[in-house]
Amino acid sequence: MAVSDVAVQETSSITHSQRLVNDFSIRVATVNGSGSQTANLVLLRSIFQTGVPVSGKNVFPSNIAGLPTWFTIRANKDGYIAAKQRVDLMVAMNSETAREDVLSLEAGATVVYDAPLQLSSLRDDLVFYPVPFDTLVADVCRDAKLRRLVRNMIYDGVLANLLQIEMCEMKVALEKQLGRKPKAVILNEGALDVGFQYAADNLVKRDQLVVEKMDGTQGLVLIEGNAAAAIGAMMAGVTVVTWYPITPSSSLCETLIDYLKKYRIEKETGKATFAVVQAEDEIAALGMAIGAGWSGARSMTSTSGPGISLMSEFAGLAYYAEIPAVIFDVQRVGPSTGLPTRTAQGDVLTTAFLSHGDTRHLLLFPASVEECYTMAMEAFDLAERLQTPVFVMSDLDLGMNTWMSRPFDYPSKPIDRGKVVDSETLERIGKFGRYRDVDGDGIPYRTIPGDDMPAFFCRGSGHNEWAQYSERPDDYQKNVDRLARKFETARKWVPAPVVEINRKASIGIIAYGSTHWAIIESRDQLSAEADLQTSYYRVCAYPFRTDLASFIERHERVYVVEQNRDAQMLSLMKLDLPAELIGRLRSVLHYTGNSIDARTVSNDILVQEGCTVEKADTDFERTRRNVGVGGE
Amino acid sequence: MTTVRPEKRVNRIGLDSKEYRGSKTTLCAGCGHNSISERIIEACYEMGINPDRVIKLSGIGCSSKSPAYFLGSAHGFNAVHGRMPSVGTGALLANRHLIALGVSGDGDTGAIGIGQFVHLMRRNLPIVYIIEDNGCYGLTKGQFSPTADRGSKLKTGVVNDLPPIDTCALAIELGATFVARSFSGDKKQLSAVIKAALSHRGTAMIDVLSPCVTFNDHEGSTKSYAYAKDHDGPLEEISFVPFFEDIEVEYEEGTTQEVVMHDGSKLYLKKLEADYNALDKLQAIRVLHETKDRGEYATGIIYVQPDEDDFLTLLNIVDEPLAKLPESVVRPPKAVLETIMDDLR
Repeated sequence: MAVSDVAVQETSSITHSQRLVNDFSIRVATVNGSGSQTANLVLLRSIFQTGVPVSGKNVFPSNIAGLPTWFTIRANKDGYIAAKQRVDLMVAMNSETAREDVLSLEAGATVVYDAPLQLSSLRDDLVFYPVPFDTLVADVCRDAKLRRLVRNMIYDGVLANLLQIEMCEMKVALEKQLGRKPKAVILNEGALDVGFQYAADNLVKRDQLVVEKMDGTQGLVLIEGNAAAAIGAMMAGVTVVTWYPITPSSSLCETLIDYLKKYRIEKETGKATFAVVQAEDEIAALGMAIGAGWSGARSMTSTSGPGISLMSEFAGLAYYAEIPAVIFDVQRVGPSTGLPTRTAQGDVLTTAFLSHGDTRHLLLFPASVEECYTMAMEAFDLAERLQTPVFVMSDLDLGMNTWMSRPFDYPSKPIDRGKVVDSETLERIGKFGRYRDVDGDGIPYRTIPGDDMPAFFCRGSGHNEWAQYSERPDDYQKNVDRLARKFETARKWVPAPVVEINRKASIGIIAYGSTHWAIIESRDQLSAEADLQTSYYRVCAYPFRTDLASFIERHERVYVVEQNRDAQMLSLMKLDLPAELIGRLRSVLHYTGNSIDARTVSNDILVQEGCTVEKADTDFERTRRNVGVGGE
Repeated sequence: MTTVRPEKRVNRIGLDSKEYRGSKTTLCAGCGHNSISERIIEACYEMGINPDRVIKLSGIGCSSKSPAYFLGSAHGFNAVHGRMPSVGTGALLANRHLIALGVSGDGDTGAIGIGQFVHLMRRNLPIVYIIEDNGCYGLTKGQFSPTADRGSKLKTGVVNDLPPIDTCALAIELGATFVARSFSGDKKQLSAVIKAALSHRGTAMIDVLSPCVTFNDHEGSTKSYAYAKDHDGPLEEISFVPFFEDIEVEYEEGTTQEVVMHDGSKLYLKKLEADYNALDKLQAIRVLHETKDRGEYATGIIYVQPDEDDFLTLLNIVDEPLAKLPESVVRPPKAVLETIMDDLR
């Protein structure tokens, strides 16, 4: 490109004089399959290393290569790491989406873009920095095939210069990402340098955005929820893993396989203390997990919505025949294939009652990567203690995105395998009846094949407490009533909610899972902007603990915030709550497929509370407005 | 006067044959499935199989009820329709020392369960998988199943227009390492086949023609007692010598094939069909097609490959059952978690 082009573009954009330190978001628009993930994670990690709290969210297509993808990094000195609507810096690398990407920005934002796209003429209220990526990459990478992959690292160099991120941090981050590939490290370092130098020589800083060293990430780790759950499963002592690939859950089992191969091979024999089977479908995956659970293994599978649908019949069998198994549901947008690469909390109702007949399942709702780890371990204990399938309800946002976390603690409790009969137990309980409620907690004792303890016939058909086939009305009713009693026992054992009571608050917020992060920020917004004080009840499991009702009772109105259309958690609560409390519940719903953000929550609550707010300015509406209805 | 008490007959592990019985059958009188249960009882007794080590697995249907009627002291699992293979797979992953006995039906295997059947065969999981094949759905009162022959007639006069699935040919194609077909009315052959299957390390698939006396035993049915008897074409005369018996079988060179099973048991297959070689996959498939075209059932051990690695061996898992591994083995030490955390910093 000619130097004069730059000059023309500069005059068409604005200049900021103030500095905005450690509080902005960067969105990188690329084409998937172009190696942008490495560049984005290096950028994220370098900000993290600088001590600035940061989060990264990848919005990617259900495709291998060639479709648009957006990676959004939010740096926030106050530690807010939920999604944020406003984009402060757009890196426009994708010609297909560049126009819309720029038009969707709020006034005052900054754009680093691929120079030939000539984007600066689109708006006069943005800061534009053109960068001739193709020219620059040709200098660092002779191999034309590799250029496509290295090209993206150049914007990291440019941003390092513009945002004043130390180049040494960038290089440490790069080494971390590509550590095992020294050639790739050298090549990409070259690209970083070229980008940095280009910016130093050609771009005059006119935006406000600055990364400054702070100590907000000391001692923390960066990890995705799926990897955290995998570590939890390994630490829980999982022995049988059966799965079927599906986005966004695949990386859970794949990471687990990597860890197991590394840490669960017997040194002396070289043999595995685990078995992993990639099944033919999700039905078989759960069938295997159930077979293994019946046979005494700690077994698990991992899936997403479509897999949950397929698992329905087996889930009912495991509930009714009382067999432990752990199922991770990394939720995505449904119904049907839905949006396979977008996030939702849409499987709550389906999974709670998965199967025909009267069925209720235990659901755990991790809100953080750390809880993906701890709840994975809890799930295995609960499954065996309660002899029932346990579903860990993660989601794409939590599972596949990179999150900061304090490092995980080593488990403090020994593994709890529940009521398994040995000769001592047999003596104590007298005659063994597989479905007898000996202890009054609804949980029977079980024997395991190969243990030389009394055998029983496990079946999904009607059975009495001796596990004999029975179609007698009294046997049936007695048995399902005991199962209901067992569910009441579970209510006391599942992870407790995290409750924050604000004595001045007349309104409460209930949320769960990945929505948590938007709630933290939203509560501060509500307090700061409208002096609206809130209490907060974060649901961590189903069945609900009994204090749910008392929380609602304390507040005049309670907002249940969730990421689905049909207020699924609220509906589930209605089944448990006394009629007079149900009227206090309100819904805040977010179901675009993108991660929920605090602004959406705050505005919705403010409107429902009768406060006046500026019209909610969502990405969707802004783009509609700027691009014109229907786009081009 | 002294009375001589007859010595109680027990098998090689000291168990009475009663120990191998199950609860009273609830199937129809004369049902072929009951004869199969009898043969299973007989084979397990004679082989000295420890019922405490056996898991009996089934899906849904008349066939799948039958595990309740044999080996009453063994653990059993009546799973969901067509999905027993996955449950069996999981159970064996948890404890590789269990002896798995699966009983399915032609609908349970050939229709709703064909997917799991296919993958069971290709995994070569160590399991004896018996299809009690009557060509119809008994428990729902006699609809056709996918193994019903073309032209076969229901009691109501409905004729089956679709070609049958030959589970034996399919199993061979998919990689099963022991494939047999027998007839519930042929005590001698079926007993030998089941004993050989119990000696096999890998998937032993046995399709047993087992007439449904209530819904599929009439004229026009190709799965009736009369039809099966008339069209049963044994490929070999089978002599099975278990590893714990020291018997030399004398045979004329070239007439009999000797197959040494995984546990050292020996199988003598006296050829009835000209030069039938049960180790030859292509011949097995050809013979299955040829006999089917003639409207016959080739029975006997159709294909056997005793030396293939089974699924559990391929997984390279420790010898001790995974289900029994102590916490010290399955929960990595604190240092491991610390290393992982350090890598994430």
